[in-house]
Amino acid sequence: MLEVKNIGYAVKDKWLVQDITYRFLPGKCYMLCGPNGAGKSTLLKLLALELPSKEGEILYNGQAINKKIKEKYAKYRAVLSQNVEISFPLSVEEIVMMGRYPHFDFKPSVKDFEICEEVMKQLDVANFRKRNYLTLSGGEKQRVQFARVMVQIWEIPKEGCRFLLLDEPIASLDLKNQFDFLHHVQQFINDKTVVIAILHDLNMVLNYADEVLLLDQSKLVANGSPSNVLQPANIESVFHVKSELHQLSNAKLLWVNKT
Amino acid sequence: MFRNNKFFFPVLVALLIVTLLCAIAFGAVSIVPSDMFSALKHFFQGKGPANIYEGVFLQLRLPRVFLCAITGAILASSGVLMQGLFRNPIVEPGLVGTSAGAAFGSSVVFVLAVNMSKGIKELAGPLLVPLFAFAGGLLATFAVYTLAKTQKKVAITSLLLIGIAINAVGLSGTGFMSYIARDPQARSITFWNLGTFSGAAWNQVFITGTVAAIIFFIVLRYAKQLNTLILGEEEASYLGVDPEKLKRRIMVLNTAMVAVATSFVGVISFMGLIVPHVIRLLIGSDNRKLLPASMLLGATLMSLADMGARLLLAPAEIPVGIITSLVGAPVFIILLKKYNVLNDKGGYYA
Repeated sequence: MLEVKNIGYAVKDKWLVQDITYRFLPGKCYMLCGPNGAGKSTLLKLLALELPSKEGEILYNGQAINKKIKEKYAKYRAVLSQNVEISFPLSVEEIVMMGRYPHFDFKPSVKDFEICEEVMKQLDVANFRKRNYLTLSGGEKQRVQFARVMVQIWEIPKEGCRFLLLDEPIASLDLKNQFDFLHHVQQFINDKTVVIAILHDLNMVLNYADEVLLLDQSKLVANGSPSNVLQPANIESVFHVKSELHQLSNAKLLWVNKT
Repeated sequence: MFRNNKFFFPVLVALLIVTLLCAIAFGAVSIVPSDMFSALKHFFQGKGPANIYEGVFLQLRLPRVFLCAITGAILASSGVLMQGLFRNPIVEPGLVGTSAGAAFGSSVVFVLAVNMSKGIKELAGPLLVPLFAFAGGLLATFAVYTLAKTQKKVAITSLLLIGIAINAVGLSGTGFMSYIARDPQARSITFWNLGTFSGAAWNQVFITGTVAAIIFFIVLRYAKQLNTLILGEEEASYLGVDPEKLKRRIMVLNTAMVAVATSFVGVISFMGLIVPHVIRLLIGSDNRKLLPASMLLGATLMSLADMGARLLLAPAEIPVGIITSLVGAPVFIILLKKYNVLNDKGGYYA
């Protein structure tokens, strides 16, 4: 469980995230939505412990965070960033193995190799495992990074749960890859896993999120089930567009009207 | 290419040993194996060298070959470390001011110690010179790093330009010190700028060797953490590495070993560029292999370069820095083109 109490973050005098209190429970997929500059990425970085919160408190599995035990969280908290640019040529399998780095000292164990093997197979990157990462397409790169993130928190911790944080994971993927990606995320969720993702495609949010946090101007303005939060009234006040929410036979559709 | 080849490291070691043996044997005076054995025998029996060949072998050739190999390993691994820190493949101690700053620091002591009391003078050689070199090198590297850093990135172009500026400051400082120097060796500006192993002595070998052994041992333990920096500082911290702490430590360790070497042999450029590049082409960028392999190849190539320096115009000698620059500059240009620095696009393909 991940809990935040009144957290805020400011650069100089500008608050990027302000007074957010929430409880993220295992077994659920939370999605952060909102316009550009609403504070989604900042909130995600606060949750990932990449940024230190200026006020409020973050509790991982009920424990307050201090800098000394941050290293420990590397074993059960993984973050998939938007664009990972590498500075030197590495092969796909070398990058995936980096996800296991927090788990071994100098040489990977047999188990580390087995986990990488399984994840690479699942995500369909095993067949180009020897290739130089820099020569891959955008979609392939994203899958490799996702594999790295998955192997990092593959084992379910004995106490507490694992956390998967995703920053616009499908923004650069084609249609099929977008669905495949979210499918893999759903497969990954169990009663010991919390997933928190930033997503711009509200239709994907409608159909894949368990709970939505709608942010605007650094504050949490609405939260709850996707079809409750992504109501035309909320959409209009936050995004300034008019929309309709439809129930299709096997999915929900948010249709934005032209202005 | 040889990424998982189990013969790669044995071959590197063999190459190094063969090169070292050749470097010991050949020079202005050639030394045959029987002289080497008898020299060692006399040495361990506590006797002096029996003839001039044994003397050359023990007092000149051996310390020179060792100092040269150790320096090569230091400069090459320093290239790996700095490239990892700056996240780009065209950094090396000669380019970002480390060597120039270290040379300035040591030249200050060299020149000013002459005027001081005898006690200080005796301390100066083994202790003060490396210490001042360290201070100078750290200052210069830190200056380049902070000045070139904008927000979170170190842009290559600004890095190189600021490197040029800081290098110029360091070299003109060294130039000034040589100008006012009375000591004949310190007076020779070519010594500082082009580097040479001609003054190698056993105490230098021991100091450099000890420092290198300790620092190599430590940085090899950081190789895995350094790998995560390839993904960027944010990703590194998600993998449990504290990038700021790592960068500070590596910077200090790296400067220490480069400074010690530079204070004895002057500035030798491009070794830190060529060696890691070659090794990356052969076995990839994993620092756990790249670092030790670069140490081995660095020692080998530096010994070859020094053999060239001794033999090409024998019995005269050319500064070894001329040879490394002649080979290194083209490699540097190739890397620049490859890295697309010249059209500001970035991206590295080996």
